[in-house]
Amino acid sequence: MKKAIALISGGLDSMLAAKVVQEQGVHVEGLNFYTGFCVEGHTHAIREKHRSRPRRNNALWVAEQLGIKLHIIDVSSEYKDIVINPKYGYGQNLNPCLDCKIFMVNKALAWGMEERDFDFVLTGEVIGQRPKSQRKETMPIIARESGADDLLLRPLCAKNLTPTRPEREGWVDRAALYGFHGRNRKPQMALAESFGFSDYAQPAGGCCFLTDAQYASKLQDLWDARGERDYELDDIMLLKVGRHIRPASHYKLIVGREEGENRYLEGYRKRFLHMRTTGFPGPLALIDGAPKRRDLTLAARILARYSRGRTLPRVDVSAHHTDGVVEMLNVEPLSPTDLPASWHV
Amino acid sequence: MAQENRQRLDARGLLCPLPVIRTQERVHDLAPGTLLDILATDPGVMQDIPAWSRVHGHVVVSTEQDRGCIRITIEVCET
Ligand code: SF4
Repeated sequence: MKKAIALISGGLDSMLAAKVVQEQGVHVEGLNFYTGFCVEGHTHAIREKHRSRPRRNNALWVAEQLGIKLHIIDVSSEYKDIVINPKYGYGQNLNPCLDCKIFMVNKALAWGMEERDFDFVLTGEVIGQRPKSQRKETMPIIARESGADDLLLRPLCAKNLTPTRPEREGWVDRAALYGFHGRNRKPQMALAESFGFSDYAQPAGGCCFLTDAQYASKLQDLWDARGERDYELDDIMLLKVGRHIRPASHYKLIVGREEGENRYLEGYRKRFLHMRTTGFPGPLALIDGAPKRRDLTLAARILARYSRGRTLPRVDVSAHHTDGVVEMLNVEPLSPTDLPASWHV
Repeated sequence: MAQENRQRLDARGLLCPLPVIRTQERVHDLAPGTLLDILATDPGVMQDIPAWSRVHGHVVVSTEQDRGCIRITIEVCET
């Protein structure tokens, strides 16, 4: 029996692609990559308002539906280079989709064919589905640059592409593959229905936060402020949480918007200078960067503006330095009109 | 009686899917029959660890939640 590794994002296309090949008697196992930017989990886990929704890992859910094993691989540190220096540039926001695909297929190849005895790799790509990365011209680039060459099968659009080795050698029947193209999702939905799949995830922009305009602008702001294009895993996690307010290039506030976020930010309080209002409930704010002494008053005024005391003349705020020193400040909450929109990252 | 082989994985403070990834890495090195206690704080693990275990043929033996901390015990099975 031939064995295929399917790149499983948790969305419908990769689910269908894996199923189509599985139906042909091929043993399929799934791989899912954790880049640090995945939409999966985080926001749901952090924010209260998302708590009512069923929280599931879509890639694991897909694997269960298909009855296949799913291996989740942490590539977050190597992935940094893809985000920072994409050879083929970015899509609409900071999403380096083409480089990302090449990277993932290459990883799948190393994981499944060099270390285990898999025969080929499959993806749910469809020609024309995404303006930049899923075009007829990019398909061979991904195959070539990943090193997979003709061992990369796209079951959903195979009929529009040159036959690959699994097709030529009869490991799969090309006639039973598909020729989907373009942005129309109807053929995928019909195929899903024929397999009896419902309740599948339909991510809007893409599979990760890098396609999100707001997120991308926060990441760009981080790079601009630090004067270098670099990040740590904690940085990119924190970009998903809270209001980010930058009064000056050398520091910004990350203010929790609700209980769930405050709890999450609490986890970072030993590593960041942080502030909270005393005497009544209010958010927690982490201060990222290197604020000067005189910046603390403004930071405290901003924090007070988001607390229950925002209408009071003065509010007590405690500033907790990383060396354990706690400083008390008594400040006038900033009025909304004094907080320029441009400070919101 | 053979001594019970029990191990512990601390995934507190990690957000999903990291607790699942850490579990997967640890289980890879464990012999069938081992019990693994996974400690976590992200409520997402309540869904994800059982789903991951089902997909790989391991068994969730117990799930406890004490205030913010979650403890899931799985038995590593031959897969
Ligand atoms: S949307 Fe994100 S994860 Fe998906 S291909 Fe593009 S960069 Fe990669």
